[in-house]
Amino acid sequence: MEAVANPILTVSQLGKTYAGGFQALKDINLQIEKGEILALLGPNGAGKTTLISTICGIVRPSTGSVTVAGYDIIKDFRKTRSIIGLVPQELTTDSFESVWSTVSFSRGLFGKAPNPEHIEKVLKALSLWDKKDNMIRTLSGGMKRRVLIAKALSHEPTVLFLDEPTAGVDVSLRKDMWSIVSDLKAEGVTIILTTHYIEEAEEIADRVGVINNGELILIEDKNSLMRKLGKKQLILDLSQPLETLPAGLEGYELELSEDGEKLTYTFDNQGEHTGITSLLDDLKGSGIRFRDLNTTQSSLEEIFVSLVQES
Amino acid sequence: MNIHGILAIYKFEMARTRRTLLQSIVAPVITTSLYFIVFGAAIGSRIQQVDGVSYGAFIVPGLIMLNLLTHSISNASFAIYFPKFVGTVYEMLSAPISTLEVVLGYVGAAATKSIILGMIILVTASFFTDLRIAHPIIMLLFVLLTAVSFSLLGFILGIWADNFEKLSVVPMLVVTPLVFLGGSFYSTDMLPPLWQSVSLFNPVLYLVSGLRWSFYEISEVNVAVSLVCIVGFMFACLGVVIYMFKTGYKLRS
Repeated sequence: MEAVANPILTVSQLGKTYAGGFQALKDINLQIEKGEILALLGPNGAGKTTLISTICGIVRPSTGSVTVAGYDIIKDFRKTRSIIGLVPQELTTDSFESVWSTVSFSRGLFGKAPNPEHIEKVLKALSLWDKKDNMIRTLSGGMKRRVLIAKALSHEPTVLFLDEPTAGVDVSLRKDMWSIVSDLKAEGVTIILTTHYIEEAEEIADRVGVINNGELILIEDKNSLMRKLGKKQLILDLSQPLETLPAGLEGYELELSEDGEKLTYTFDNQGEHTGITSLLDDLKGSGIRFRDLNTTQSSLEEIFVSLVQES
Repeated sequence: MNIHGILAIYKFEMARTRRTLLQSIVAPVITTSLYFIVFGAAIGSRIQQVDGVSYGAFIVPGLIMLNLLTHSISNASFAIYFPKFVGTVYEMLSAPISTLEVVLGYVGAAATKSIILGMIILVTASFFTDLRIAHPIIMLLFVLLTAVSFSLLGFILGIWADNFEKLSVVPMLVVTPLVFLGGSFYSTDMLPPLWQSVSLFNPVLYLVSGLRWSFYEISEVNVAVSLVCIVGFMFACLGVVIYMFKTGYKLRS
């Protein structure tokens, strides 16, 4: 487990086997830094929601332990749950309640005295203030998602779980959500989100964890992950098409396109030598000329896909 | 103790009743009035008295008990089943609230609604027949214990049920027949000896009998036995609810 300086949440050897024998989580070890945004990526059924549900108390762990702010989630459930907020994946709302009453209900349920000023602040921050008296069933899907976030924030949690917060919402609303998450981080809230949208993790996360088949196969700082695992490619548009690669270029990781007009060189940009200079020299020596060149770097999505395939 | 949590659940449930006043209050009042018209006026006119009490007055405790039992069960079972059905139960399961606090909130609200309903039926009945309550404190105690116990039973059903059919099967196929066969509208003295003995195995008989004693000091069984039965039933239901939460039965996987 990669230790962090100031952990707010520690998951140790956590396992979950459901009654039917399905092993949803296998020996998960994880520490989350106070105030960070961690994105958990993984394909459907990987165990992301089970992990979140276990930490929040909805699912019982089979093995291992979880502490939040130093408190055990089972022995000290009142303390841990009062500092955690959860936004579930499904749009589960009380359709016949008003926005104001459902958010106020959540605050009370989590043991906090009524505080209309705080509820007002949350609703205004989520652009829900003008809908406060509306019945939830009259709201759009995006607005319902905001209501779920407002409910989760009603009791002023310091750790917030967002399970697929932008699933099924349009691009504009997704960007609004990212902005909300950034604001919460600025207020010192630790955020753990699961997502299918790699660009979401790329945009807002500090660290990225990848879960597959119930195992946490990787957790790393987003930028260093992209540097470490991100491959770079140099693409050359040749002046004259080639039928085959000249013998002198066999030592390079080169790929010739089917029409022979593009030559792609894949290299490690973290390596001591990228090999670009010597490649260009060798191309010149072989009499190969090119009209244009450009470079590309693999996205987090490509990194994610390759990690999942490898695991 | 999470007092705010208990109050949040309680107020939420009471607010739900206010939104459905027609279904919650008006419908039972109309049904009760119909019972009095049919049993009290039409049939009651041919039955002069039962154990020294006019037939119309005799059936009042049975009617109150019928409504207390069925509404306590339906209020509490729906209260916990619906969040399970729509998925909002996640919030209760992830909240810093104990089993006892959840039960206090849901069962407290369900029992309150049933007691209010029982009192409304009592008032409605007073328009149709002359009522006297010999032991009002005992009457309130029976009403309270019955409402709480059967709200607990409803809560258990709501957790157990995984579809709407299961939710209604026990109230319809078990509770209602037991109430009708439990001496709500007749004295067991009117039955042949064999059926009088069989009736003693019907738990609802003890409730109706106890409540009727608090009104008219007439009972089929000793009032102390009735009280012991209802208290025992209440603790048995509470034990089952605690077991369900401890094991996560149909709530936590």
